[in-house]
Amino acid sequence: MKVPLAKIAHTRSGDKGDTCNIGVIAHDARHYPVLVRELTADRVKAFFGDWVKGKVERFELPNLGALNFLLHEALGGGGTISLRIDAQGKTFGAALLGMEIDLTE
Amino acid sequence: MIRIANGQGFWGDWLEAPVRLVEQGPIDYLTLDYLAEVTMSILQKQRQADSSLGYARDFPPLIGRIAKIMLDRNVRVIANAGGVNPVACAEAVRKAAPGIKVAIVLGDDVFCRIDEFLAKGYQMANLDTGEPVTKIREKILSANAYSGAFPLAEALATGAHIVLAGRAADPALALAPMIHHFGWRETDWDKLAAGSVAGHIIECGTQTTGGNCQVDWQNIPDLANIGYPIVEAEPDGTFVVTKHPDTGGRVDSDVVKEQLLYELGDPQNFIAPDCIADFTTIHLEDIGPDRVRVSGVRGRERPANLKLSISYANGWKAIGTLIYSWPQALQKAQAADRIVRTRLGSLGLGFEEIYTEFLGSSACHGPVAHTSPDPPEVQVRIGVRGHDRKAVDRFTRELIPLVLSGPPGATGYGEGRPPVREIVAYWPTLIPREEIRSSVKVLG
Repeated sequence: MKVPLAKIAHTRSGDKGDTCNIGVIAHDARHYPVLVRELTADRVKAFFGDWVKGKVERFELPNLGALNFLLHEALGGGGTISLRIDAQGKTFGAALLGMEIDLTE
Repeated sequence: MIRIANGQGFWGDWLEAPVRLVEQGPIDYLTLDYLAEVTMSILQKQRQADSSLGYARDFPPLIGRIAKIMLDRNVRVIANAGGVNPVACAEAVRKAAPGIKVAIVLGDDVFCRIDEFLAKGYQMANLDTGEPVTKIREKILSANAYSGAFPLAEALATGAHIVLAGRAADPALALAPMIHHFGWRETDWDKLAAGSVAGHIIECGTQTTGGNCQVDWQNIPDLANIGYPIVEAEPDGTFVVTKHPDTGGRVDSDVVKEQLLYELGDPQNFIAPDCIADFTTIHLEDIGPDRVRVSGVRGRERPANLKLSISYANGWKAIGTLIYSWPQALQKAQAADRIVRTRLGSLGLGFEEIYTEFLGSSACHGPVAHTSPDPPEVQVRIGVRGHDRKAVDRFTRELIPLVLSGPPGATGYGEGRPPVREIVAYWPTLIPREEIRSSVKVLG
């Protein structure tokens, strides 16, 4: 069964220069393995398309039922250089909530 | 147990927050984090314009407002409000509150030592791009090392009411009173990591008490009166995250998890000046209403280098906007963008970048935006940046003419021409720890 990520997780995003980080947290720890399986770095990179120019790295935090993503070269140069309205990537986490994932066990 | 609160998550945070924290319940230490990476650039520009500025100007009047209750309740303040001019900040504090003793932590400002570092062979390569700092040497405006908690703890030991730093690392503000109070040593890696995690949890203020929280956000109580975060720290490194009773917001493990992940890199290597913390060892437990207990934090030996934040002048930018309404709002906004770009091209103006986004359509989420086929209104937002200030200035005159000469119904031009802003950019790098010598100076 395909559902948007918002069904099982919440997110918070921020910046470090031109890199955007997105923390993805399972509402229920039971769904952490689904996050690990479905939200691969490659899929997150594909989801954002040309919005992310660099690589996507993924880190696991099983203790928090959470994943952390680093989206490199994603903020139009970042900091004061970026001309974007969301130069700090504050809304990237919300964007990821729309990604379709497969809940099937 | 000691109570450490944070009443300012960035410069520009709620002015009432620190006042409420000292008035509405018991705290021992009030930390105030004024500095983001971008903030150092802004402060640097202010010091350039006026050598008596370059610090968080909200801070001295705040201390004037809370000085009496600070003394009555024995609350001590630890703040990085000093920015790039902590001595001027301390003097302003002493004017606003003459009875207050201020200990200034100096040594983070290495602007005058860049050539000395280069002569010693330090490349100060950009952590993101790998380029050596010589590429921007002539354009450097400031250079500050992220100093740790031990100099702040030393300043607390002077008995000062306020410890004032420049570019102290954000989590160090909360770690310092733990070191001071519990006598933690420089090799107590697990405890220093726990204190740094506590600092990370509260450094963004209400982001850990229900602000900017996605979970059931409509039902987070009374955000208008949101309580700012408090850590109840124990000598063994465990702590409870909470807020004053009868304040708005919510503290639970969902909220704390969001903040733990905020601006996080590799979770097993959270690099602080005083240790490396492993976020995969953190154990959270909801132990009561608005109370989350944090335990289990493991740390490792501190890194050999300190982070060095260099700011440099990197050209000029300006961003202008116009609004178009239904019908075909997006198409009108796109047509306006094409006209502006054509005119900029005919004028022969050179920019490093011209960037257009369409607010109301795809500005925040780009290719994954949930766009509507015919939105009620769209704002076209065109930004340019480059090293030719005159070209950027000319750009600022190219939007408003479209009100009469472009697609129908342009509005939202009431602010007039957009300002031209200098870009003070940020160069993250490293410097060996032994090069940074902190000292403490006491006023009062």
